[in-house]
Amino acid sequence: MARSGIFEIKGIGDGLLVTVKSGAEWQAVHTALRNHFSERAAFFKGARVALDLGTMPLSAKELEALRADLERLGIELWAVEAESPKTVKAARALGLATRVPRPEPGKTKPRRAAQPLGEEAILVRGALRSGMRVEFAGHVVVLGNVHAGAEVVAGGNIIVWGRLRGLAHAGAWGNREAVVCALELSPTQLRIADVIAAPPAEQAAPQPEIASLKGNQVVAEPWDSSP
Amino acid sequence: MGKVLTITSGKGGVGKTTTTANIGAALAGLGKKVVCIDADIGLRNLDLVLGLENRIVYDLVDVVEGRCRLRQAMIRDKRLPELYLIPAAQTRDKTAVSPSDMVEICDELRREFDWVLIDSPAGIERGFRNAIAPADEVVVVTNPEVSSVRDADRIIGLIEAEEKGPARLIINRLDPRMVRSGDMLSVEDVVELLAIELLGVIPEDESIVINTNRGMPVVLNPKSKAGQAFHNIARRLLGEKVPFMPIEEESGGLRKLLGRWLRGG
Repeated sequence: MARSGIFEIKGIGDGLLVTVKSGAEWQAVHTALRNHFSERAAFFKGARVALDLGTMPLSAKELEALRADLERLGIELWAVEAESPKTVKAARALGLATRVPRPEPGKTKPRRAAQPLGEEAILVRGALRSGMRVEFAGHVVVLGNVHAGAEVVAGGNIIVWGRLRGLAHAGAWGNREAVVCALELSPTQLRIADVIAAPPAEQAAPQPEIASLKGNQVVAEPWDSSP
Repeated sequence: MGKVLTITSGKGGVGKTTTTANIGAALAGLGKKVVCIDADIGLRNLDLVLGLENRIVYDLVDVVEGRCRLRQAMIRDKRLPELYLIPAAQTRDKTAVSPSDMVEICDELRREFDWVLIDSPAGIERGFRNAIAPADEVVVVTNPEVSSVRDADRIIGLIEAEEKGPARLIINRLDPRMVRSGDMLSVEDVVELLAIELLGVIPEDESIVINTNRGMPVVLNPKSKAGQAFHNIARRLLGEKVPFMPIEEESGGLRKLLGRWLRGG
C-alpha cells in the first residue's frame, strides 16, 4: 500500500485502487497522482487504475484530463467510484465503470445498498439523455426529461418533473412502497422493487401519473390533487 | 480567428461525410477559406466524396508523427480554390492521433482558415474524442429513424459532458412522402425527442448518391434540392437567418409510430 497526504493506493483483484482523501483539492490530487505514476513509470506501465473519489464533484473535463495524463504513461483509468452525482454522471459520460469490486469478503457489499433508506434525495437538473444513468440510495428528483435510453435508479421514490421515457427503477433495494411519478409517464420500462413492468402500448393523452405497486403489479394512476 | 466545426452522429451511415463535404464546399462557394479534416482514421472516405483521392501524398497521421508539415498534407480542391482537405490515414487506426494532437493542429489551422471542418468517425470512443476535442461548434447529423435518433441523443449527452455544447442538429434523408403516410418521424418529432436547435433538414435526394459517386459535392449542382438545403445550412452557420425550405408533413399515423418507439425501446 502506498500513501501520500491526499491519496492512497492499494492493489485490488483487478489492478490498483486509488482512494482520494476527502476534502482534498482536485488540482493537487491530479498533480500528485501524475507525479506519483510518472516517477515510477516503468513499474506502473500497463496498469489498470480505479479511482474512489468520495464526495468530490468533478466534471467530465477534469476526469478526461487525468485519463489522458495516465494514458500517456500507459496506464488505463477504467473506473471511477464516487458519491457525487456530478462525478458519477461525468464518469458514465466518459464510458468509465462506476463500481469497483472489492476483494475482501464482508466489504464487498455495495456501500449504498447497505445504507438505511432515509429521506435523502438528489436533484438532477436538465435532461437525462440516452446512455446516462443516475443511481442514488435515497429519492431521485429530475427537473427535466428522462429520454429513452437513460436510466434512473433510486432506493426510494423517483419524481420526474418532465417526460419519463427511459427506464426508472424505484425502491431498487427492495422498498415495495416506492413510487414513480412524472408529468408524462411513458417509460421504456418501469421497475418497483423486484417487479418489472412494460407500459401498455396504447396510451391516452399524456397526463401526470403516479405508479406504485398493487400486489405484484405496477399500476399507474392519474395524479389526483384532491386528497 | 477561424472556427472549428465538428460533424458527428454516433451512428454510422447517416451522412456525416456527405454533410462535411457539402458544408465545406458551400462555405467555400460563399467565399470562405475552408479546410476539411477527415478524422476517421483507418476508414477514410472524405477524399472520395470530394473526388480528391488520387492526389493524397501525406495524411493526418504523417502530420502528427512529424513526417511532413501541415501545409504538405493539405490538398486543394480543383473546383473551389478556397477548399482544402487533410485526409485520414487508411492504414492506421484511431489511436495514432490523440485529442491534444487535434487541438494543436486546429489551433494552427484556425489562424489561416475561416472554417475548420472535422468529419468525425462513428462511435463514442477515441475517434469521437479526437474529433470533438478542438471543436468550437458541433453539429449532430441524424436520420429521421429511431435508432439513429437514439444514438444522436447519446452523442448530444457526451458533447454536453465535454462542455462542447449546445450542439445543433441536421436531419438528413427526410422523405416527405413517408412522413405524410406516417411511416417516418417528422422534423417536429425528431426535434422534440432530441431537444436541440435545428440547423437544417436535407431531403432524400438521389442526386446525392450520383454526385457522391462522382466525387462532386451536391451543392455544386444548382438543380439539387439537397444541394440547396446544404447551401442554406452554410448560410445559417455564417449567422444569416434563412427560412427552412417547405417540407410537407404532419399526419395521423405518426403518433402511433412515435408511441411504438417510445415503448418498444
